[in-house]
Amino acid sequence: MLKSSSMKTPLAEARGLGTAKSGLSHWWHQRLTAIAMIGLVAWMCVIIVMLIGADYPGAMAILSHPVNAALVMLFIGVGFWHSSLGLQVVLEDYVAHEGVRLALIIAIRMVLVLLGAVSLLSVLKIAL
Amino acid sequence: MAQFSLPENSKVKKGNHHALGEGGGRIKTFNIYRWSPEDDENPRIDSYEIDLDDCGPMVLDALIKIKNEMDSGLTFRRSCREGICGSCSMNIDGGNTLACLKSIEDVKGEVNIYPLPHMLVVKDLVPDLTHAYAQLTSVEPWLKTETPEPKGRERKQSPEERDALDGLWECVLCFSCTTSCPSYWWNGDRYLGPAVLLQAYRWIADSRDEFTGERLDALEDPFRLYRCHTIMNCAKTCPKGLNPGKAIGEIKKLMVQRQG
Repeated sequence: MLKSSSMKTPLAEARGLGTAKSGLSHWWHQRLTAIAMIGLVAWMCVIIVMLIGADYPGAMAILSHPVNAALVMLFIGVGFWHSSLGLQVVLEDYVAHEGVRLALIIAIRMVLVLLGAVSLLSVLKIAL
Repeated sequence: MAQFSLPENSKVKKGNHHALGEGGGRIKTFNIYRWSPEDDENPRIDSYEIDLDDCGPMVLDALIKIKNEMDSGLTFRRSCREGICGSCSMNIDGGNTLACLKSIEDVKGEVNIYPLPHMLVVKDLVPDLTHAYAQLTSVEPWLKTETPEPKGRERKQSPEERDALDGLWECVLCFSCTTSCPSYWWNGDRYLGPAVLLQAYRWIADSRDEFTGERLDALEDPFRLYRCHTIMNCAKTCPKGLNPGKAIGEIKKLMVQRQG
């Protein structure tokens, strides 16, 4: 599994750079956002059903209701946050090269923040 | 970049066939992975025909019979032949297990035997476990205390506290679970893997140990602990019927518990 030409002892290899002393908050936030998404996705389904057959002013009225607008914004924020955490785990699992891995994590986080900002602004434009 | 096929010198070729010859009642064929560091040959699969009426019931019995009677070059680890030493772990019929606990009767058709997956091979069915053993050492799997040992008696533990170790102490460190774990395959240099994390939890769960917090500190790492994605191959493959995935879950619970 390890193919190292290093003269380090096996214990030095196993200990590596030591513990990062983090990891819990990433794991915990992934769980919290997942739990929140259960309710938010359900509410999004309700809103989508409410939008069926609505004309433009009707749809605008539904989406600009404070409760609906707030929940859609939470759906967007929590959803992109959860995606960012999850995609980071996928990259850490499957991209072995540390430089490429870090570049991809940064790139994906930037893209998700941009998409999230545009989505939130869109809801605000309707709601305000 | 990802590799989608094995390098040319790692491709497994068809090897020698050792037929049983005359007579024989119930014949079973064993296909066994062979590779030697001493020549430049590719790995190969040798096949051996065994008369089950003239062989013990377990896969290890067949391996010993092959080594004694058909091919003395066949190399594998074994010692206790009763599931206690953990030496004869290998991949049999597509799953990691102990050859001494795997009944030949349980395998339908031909018996395919490979070394534990995704480890460097020393020879034939012997994997290089150096890194896995070093990872075990790194979690300091022994009782650590500051309080001096009580005079004239042992360190006491209530029956309930002792019960907390059931399902943990039985592990024989065969590394069947660790080498069945995809997370360990991809990130085994840093991820400790199910066997070592179960051992880590065995000492975290021990009421006599006084370094629980330090042990948790040493595990809080995105790779050492949190590469476990509850795939649960570990629990499925464990020849002792243990559940390393549950032990890892308990560690994660304690990490949350001590936050507040």
